[in-house]
This record gives sequence, structure tokens and C-alpha cells, in this order.
Amino acid sequence: MVTKIYIPRDSSALAVGAEKVALAIAAEAKHRGLDVEIIRNGSRGLYWLETMVEVATGQGRVAYGPVKAKDVASLFDADFIHGKAHALSLGLTEEIEWLKKQQRLTFARVGITDPISIADYIAHDGYKGLKNALKLSGAEIVKAVTDSGLRGRGGAAFPTGIKWNTVLGCESEQKYIVCNADEGDSGTYSDRMIMEGDPFVLIEGMTIAGVAVGATQGYIYIRSEYPHALAVLNEAIDAANQAGYLGDDILGSGKTFRLEARRAAGAYVCGEETSLLESLEGKRGLVRFKPPLPAIEGLFGKPTVVNNVISLATVPIILDKGAQFYADYGMGRSRGTLPIQLAGNLKHNGLVELAFGATLRELLYDYGGGSASGRPIRAVQVGGPLGAYLPENQFDTPLDYEEFAKLWAVLGHGGIVAFDDSVDMAKMARYAFEFCAVESCGKCTPCRIGSTRGVEVIDKITSGKDHAKNIQLVRDLSDTMLNGSLCALGGMTPYPVLSALNHFPKDFGLSSEAK
Amino acid sequence: MSDLQTTQEVSAAVIDALIVKHQQQPGALLPLLHAIQDTVGYVPQSCYASISKALSLSIAEVHGVVTFYHHFRTHQPGRHVMQICRAESCQAMGSEALEAHAKACLNVDYHQTTADGAITLEPVYCLGNCALSPSVMVDDEIYGRVSPSELDALIAEAKVSEVKA
Repeated sequence: MVTKIYIPRDSSALAVGAEKVALAIAAEAKHRGLDVEIIRNGSRGLYWLETMVEVATGQGRVAYGPVKAKDVASLFDADFIHGKAHALSLGLTEEIEWLKKQQRLTFARVGITDPISIADYIAHDGYKGLKNALKLSGAEIVKAVTDSGLRGRGGAAFPTGIKWNTVLGCESEQKYIVCNADEGDSGTYSDRMIMEGDPFVLIEGMTIAGVAVGATQGYIYIRSEYPHALAVLNEAIDAANQAGYLGDDILGSGKTFRLEARRAAGAYVCGEETSLLESLEGKRGLVRFKPPLPAIEGLFGKPTVVNNVISLATVPIILDKGAQFYADYGMGRSRGTLPIQLAGNLKHNGLVELAFGATLRELLYDYGGGSASGRPIRAVQVGGPLGAYLPENQFDTPLDYEEFAKLWAVLGHGGIVAFDDSVDMAKMARYAFEFCAVESCGKCTPCRIGSTRGVEVIDKITSGKDHAKNIQLVRDLSDTMLNGSLCALGGMTPYPVLSALNHFPKDFGLSSEAK
Repeated sequence: MSDLQTTQEVSAAVIDALIVKHQQQPGALLPLLHAIQDTVGYVPQSCYASISKALSLSIAEVHGVVTFYHHFRTHQPGRHVMQICRAESCQAMGSEALEAHAKACLNVDYHQTTADGAITLEPVYCLGNCALSPSVMVDDEIYGRVSPSELDALIAEAKVSEVKA
């Protein structure tokens, strides 16, 4: 009997040697005359255990990790292909506590299926959402998405159904669906995991969006820093075209949806939707004035849905199981689940998908296992480089868009970066300005000039020059950037800067009372 | 931005073929620039004129796009490009020390190439490998939890290998 062995092709697994492990397992199996089938799956998201190798047994999949190429011979000696014990045994994958406690809806298949096998996708509930959608009118599909409460997972949290409804209501001979896969925020990698681990769910979500609003062409704008994700996506798009799930007359419905993945070119600002559209049109990624909204005048001036990868990849389960099923998860106005990405200085970094409402503390300690360095966690940045830094006394905040807004913080794309007590928060504030200066598109003055002046002012503060005056100056500058910038890059750089200053005044040479 | 490229003549025919292949695509400029850089290693300024003609753009517009994006380069890089992540997650795990180590070992600053032409060092702002920081990318291969000694090994490997992996 052929034994199925799963070895991730996820970028982060590859970053710690998954390719070498796969080659070693194939060579060792051949050498021993064993009949094995190696499947290159996505990552289950338990990154501290990568490379995590799984073997299919009669009892279910048994996991081993972290496996290095040098461990392979001993795994075979221990008869791991029958799930036998080894020093690296993790037991049945489904029983691993860290995974078992999660509520994986968007990530239901990631790590489980062969990412480029459409048959495997369908065998695990794939394309049920599209099949349901093809029986509905555009308005009914949009209503389901609206009723689910799904809000844009890219960071802005705008209701997805409302955006779709605007595009649906526009009369135009051509409309577009654009997937924003320019996942540039530090501490985030859920888009990458979907594209590498379950690309069909994104393709299905985009196809449903196209059917709903009457768009026949889709583009996935993907970061140039993600070569592996792009390769998997292109393989999956080819497979979907061949199987009749993309192209003309999808599943005999008479509907057309074509899809193309386009490489970005390393500009952070192109994650902003209007800058992204400029870039797709082949121009410099300069932010556009709004209005007009992209939903009305978007790509090439046509009505365009621009959604994040996770938003689109969540649509299939909503159309499969119903709006209410999804809306039953979550709290307040934050419905459904959020794929949270743990990053930075934590012991157990990885992907945790949970209903909204879990606290930062649960994520940092119950899932994250505390700091990797063993020192106290001093600050966490949530929501990427434009997100606020939160101190320890805010760790009991539940993950909810409105609860975070009350603290003048953001959930963003769900990335959490932890820092231990060796962090210098004045340096992090300086970095926030520096990053803004490097990445500014240059269209508006507060962002283009303010970011550079910000670096200089922080340098004066840390060197003690006209201290009180410069503290006031950085606040004034932040106020100008917040209120005067054209997009979130300049407009939100003050979040990390001022939260660092307000919560960690000592690092700026202030006594804590001066706060 | 002023020097004449030595590989100009060799590249011209290749680039013209790429222009023909991409010019009908909607929003063709970025896919075309990627194709050129993937093939030639950079975007030679000598090809701006033919691109601008084929896509009905001014030379200034082509130049503007090439220079707007961090990914595109106008000069031949070293045989390998090493990118070190500078973003927050990697900083939380010691990337600053790694950057300093790389610059010292290679005797270059960012955007420069080692004297032997082996490695061009570049900063990068997130590789999506934040669960396993700090991260380094060499050409298209990503490495996680990179210690200074592991970086030494990557440098040594890149120095001896002639072509991109």
C-alpha cells in the first residue's frame, strides 16, 4: 500500500529546510524500497514545528516536527511511515491542542489538502459555494455576503457586501474583480498561506464575486517578494481553467470569469487600493483622490471590486454554509473569524484563526507561549507598520474592530508582533517615520516631507536637543500627517509614533508622569 | 543613471522580443519590466526608447515607473541578490545585528555589490516569514531564523556558486 506523506511547500517551511527534508525522505524511501507518495501541502501554521511532516495512517494523520534532513533516516528506522513513535512525534495532527482549539473557517483546508489538486479541493467541500452562487441572482449573492457581516480583512474593515453592492449597481460593459495580495505589513502572512496552501479558495471567492457583480475579468496583484505563492497560484489558475471552473461558460452556466495573477514590484504603498489600481494599469503607484470610489471608477476607469485575499477567500464558506452560519461567530459588529498571525518575539508563532473576541493576552501567552527570548513582553504592535503599539496594561483587550478603535489602535490585517523588554520604543517610532519616508508615493506633502522631518525630530529628542520643544513638535507633525495625508500611509504613521510616545515616555527621555 | 550599459547590444534583441510579447496586454508596463529584469537581470536605460514607442508612453513615464518601484534596478546586480528584512517582526528578533554583520562581512552598504561581483545587498520590508524571524532572501530562496553564523554560510555559498539557484 502506498503511504501518503505530507511535507509543506509553504515559504516559511521552505525557509527552514522543507525542500531538503522532502528530498531526503524521497531518497530514503527509494533506498529502502518503500512505496510512498509525497504530497507538498500548505502549512498547518504551527511554524515553530516546521518542517512538520505528516503521515496518513488508519487512525488519521500523524505529525512529526520540527524535522531536519538529518532526522530523516532515524524517522524511517522508527517506522514513522506507520505512525510509530519517534523523538519528534507530535501525535495525531487533529489532536494537537494548539490547532484543536481554533475555529478554522477560512483556513479549513490549509495544510490538509494538496494545494494544486482540484479533485482534493472538491473532496474537501471546495466549489460548493460557487455551485450555490450560480443558482442565485447577483443581488442574492451580494445579500448573503452583506448578511454574513464580513468586513474587509485587509485592514480597513469596510463591509464587503456594501462594496459589492455598489459595483453591482453600476451599469458598465466591463467590470473588474481585483484581489489585493500586496501583503506588505510586517507580522502578516495569512494571505501568503492561503495562496500557497489553498489557492482554489481564493479563486472560487473571486469567481463568486465576478458572478455576483457581473465582472468577467479578475486580477490578483501579488507581491514580488512572494515567488513561491505566485508559482502555486499560477498552477492553480491553470488547473481551474482546464477543469472549467474559470474561463468562458463556467460549469455550463454561460457565465465568464477570467483570472490573471500580476506581480507587484516592491512598493508598500501599492497595498493602498487606488495606488494598486494605478500600478495594475502600468503606472507609478501614486494614490488617487477619492471620490470617485474604485467601486464606481476603478481599474481602467471601470467599476471594480478591490478586496483583500482573506475577504475573498472567506466568501466560499459563506455561500456554502449560509450567511447566518458565518455571522454566528464573533462579537459586536465584528462578525465571523479573524486569521491572526503571531510574529516577532514569541515562542510559538503561527496562524491562529478564531472568532473575534479573543484577547491579546490569550494569543500572546496561551497560543504564543510568551516571548521566545524568555524576557517579559513589553510591547506589541498590532496591524502592521501603521498599527499602534500596545503596552502590557492593554493586553486584555478583545480582538474586535471597535474595541481596538476605542484605544486608538487598529486590528488591521490581524498581524501581532511581540517585542521583549530590550526594545527601545523611541527607535521604533523613528523607524515608523523612516519606513514612511522610504515608502511614501510622494503625492501629498504631509507624508512625503513629514516622514523625513519626523526622523529628524525623533533624533533631536533622543539626543536631548530642545527636548520639550521637540516633543511638542512631533505631536504637531503627527497631527498634520493624521489629518492632512491622502491615504493611510501618511495618515496612520502617527499611530505607531504617538502610541510609542504615550505608552513608553521613558524611552523618549520623559518621566512617566509627563505622559 | 548616466552610464552606458555594456551588454546593451546583446540585450536589445531579447528585449524587443519581450516587448512584442507583452505590448498588447492591458497595463503592460509592469509585466514587461518584470520580464526584462527576469531575463537581463536589470532594466537597461537603453531600452526606454523602444518601450515608450511600443506602449505609446513618454520616455519620462517609463523612467518614472522603473524608478518608482524598489524591485526594478537600472544596473546589473551581482551574481546573487541578498535581501535582509528590516521590518518590525525581524527587528524584534535581532535583524539589526544581522544587518550590521552582513555589511561588515561583505564590506558593502545597502544597494551595493561586493568587490568580487558575487553579492548585491538590499534591504527588504517584510518577506511574509514573520513567524520565523529574522529573514533573509537570496535570489528567490527564503531563509528563516537566520543567525549570524548561518548568514556566513549563505554568503560563502553565494560566493562560490556562479549562477542563480
